[in-house]
Amino acid sequence: MTLPQELEQKFSEIIGKYPPEYKKSALVPLLLYSQDALGKITPELVNEVARRVGVFPLQVEEVLTYYSMLHFPKPMGKYHVQICTNVSCQLTGGPELWELACKRLGLGHKEVSADGLISLEEVECIGACSWAPAIQINYDFHHFVTPEKLDELLDNLRQLQ
Amino acid sequence: MLFNEPSPLETKVLTRRFGLPNSDTVDSFLANEGFAAFRKAVTMTPEAIIDEVKKSNLRGRGGAGFPTGMKWGFVPRNSPKPKYIVVNADESEPGTCKDRLLMQYDPLQLIEGMMISALAVGAKRGYIYIRGEYRYLIDIMDRAIADAYAKGWLGQNIQGTGFDFDVFTHTGAGAYECGEESALLESLEGKRGVPRIRPPFPAVAGLWRCPTVLNNVETFASVPSILLMGGEAWANLGSPRNGGTRLFCISGHVNKPGVYELPMGFNLMRMINEVAGGMKGGRHLKAVIPGGSSCPILKAEECDIAMDFDALKAVNSMLGSGGVVVMDETTDMVKVALRIMRFYQHESCGWCIPCREGTLWLKKILTRVEAGMGQRNDPALLHELANNMLGRTFCPLGDAAAMPTISIVEKFRDEFDDYIRRSPMASVAEAETEVPVGV
Repeated sequence: MTLPQELEQKFSEIIGKYPPEYKKSALVPLLLYSQDALGKITPELVNEVARRVGVFPLQVEEVLTYYSMLHFPKPMGKYHVQICTNVSCQLTGGPELWELACKRLGLGHKEVSADGLISLEEVECIGACSWAPAIQINYDFHHFVTPEKLDELLDNLRQLQ
Repeated sequence: MLFNEPSPLETKVLTRRFGLPNSDTVDSFLANEGFAAFRKAVTMTPEAIIDEVKKSNLRGRGGAGFPTGMKWGFVPRNSPKPKYIVVNADESEPGTCKDRLLMQYDPLQLIEGMMISALAVGAKRGYIYIRGEYRYLIDIMDRAIADAYAKGWLGQNIQGTGFDFDVFTHTGAGAYECGEESALLESLEGKRGVPRIRPPFPAVAGLWRCPTVLNNVETFASVPSILLMGGEAWANLGSPRNGGTRLFCISGHVNKPGVYELPMGFNLMRMINEVAGGMKGGRHLKAVIPGGSSCPILKAEECDIAMDFDALKAVNSMLGSGGVVVMDETTDMVKVALRIMRFYQHESCGWCIPCREGTLWLKKILTRVEAGMGQRNDPALLHELANNMLGRTFCPLGDAAAMPTISIVEKFRDEFDDYIRRSPMASVAEAETEVPVGV
């Protein structure tokens, strides 16, 4: 599998972090950065990562199904909206944001819009408790989110398309 | 811009450089006492460094509160294997959001702490395991590491001292369990994050079965100020046997939620009323989770307490990771118990059956109570089931799930009973719902 040049560079950088005999350590980072760059994890990518770190593809699948940020076989949308409803967010309006997002997007937990643009996930604590309720869109944090602010953020996603 | 306004009641030690311009660069770090502790440590023997850390009464900031100096002392320095320094930056205990700030505003303080630890145990390489959701912090740490290499503060023969040390970041990809030390090491080795049986502890057989020092971000970040101030002076900032300051993450129903650096042993009611601006809307305090969601809950009348490891242990709770979640009188404790259990059930790695099955059944019972379909015996069943999980798993996740449930059911039993009284299933006889014993 040929990787885009930038990702290829990232691969060498990541694999270089570990002693050569332990390059299996690179497995999860390689998958996560690939998912970010390519938008999804495909069986071809699984094979490629397996080859790079010297394990069987099945071993890659065994590991990747453990981690909640690695989406396989079903990819998430280009904009992945993650709403925290864990305890600090629960107390400050997280569940209401979750309801609102479901209604506005017409999506449920880990569902993707038909055009593949937006996906939604109810997530566990994202480490923004003192600035709750908080959400993440891809890797961007949004703190003290109000229903109005969420509306605005979701509107912006549609425009970004 | 800082995340929240500092409080005048804070004791700024670890956070003293927060808010300085370019606080994440070597130049700014050096201009503000940066690497001074390393310069001091490099002239000391490993024993003297560990001794200083022991004197400081620094206890692990990840949650367990184990004495850091003692942990470092377990590393067999004469082992022919390479030694590793591993930072646990997998911050994911609900209620906790402090390591984020330590990495964002002072990444080099963390690196300096790792370097001093490396001098103490003879390590040449360190990894910072950062949760995947914190991508922007991985980028900040990577930039700070690159800056340190470029200016000769990492790599070979650092500043002509003859000391070599390399640091790398490693991304997680979404798993609370990987914040547990042995599961973190499995994950760092490229495997599923399931816990290892101990002993051997990581100090003896950690990363790639080599001796490893594994501590939380805040623990490593405390080390430079300990060396600079001296262990004893640092210890005196806090309460007896609980040295120094700690970053408390206050969240929930308060006027000024935020992360505040306060001396260990700071009174919880003062924390709520004076540091965090009091209860929102003038409502009454109902309960507090004192150190992240795995810590047994405190009722309002238990909250006049010194926030240190020993005082909280004395009331059967824990200081944990410093996540103080404040709840007012409007809080529905059944909903809180259910949300917490949904979390642990989702995050249980499934390795140990009491945890995997226990969290699932606790969630199912709490779900039916909350849905208005609870049965008369449910509170007792929750209690019994949770108690049966305690101490029966490889890692503390099973306990972490059981303990809050036990405390919430015990302390707020009337709220569970209220839900059940309204349930059409309330009159279902106990015999019909009894769980068979020994099956």
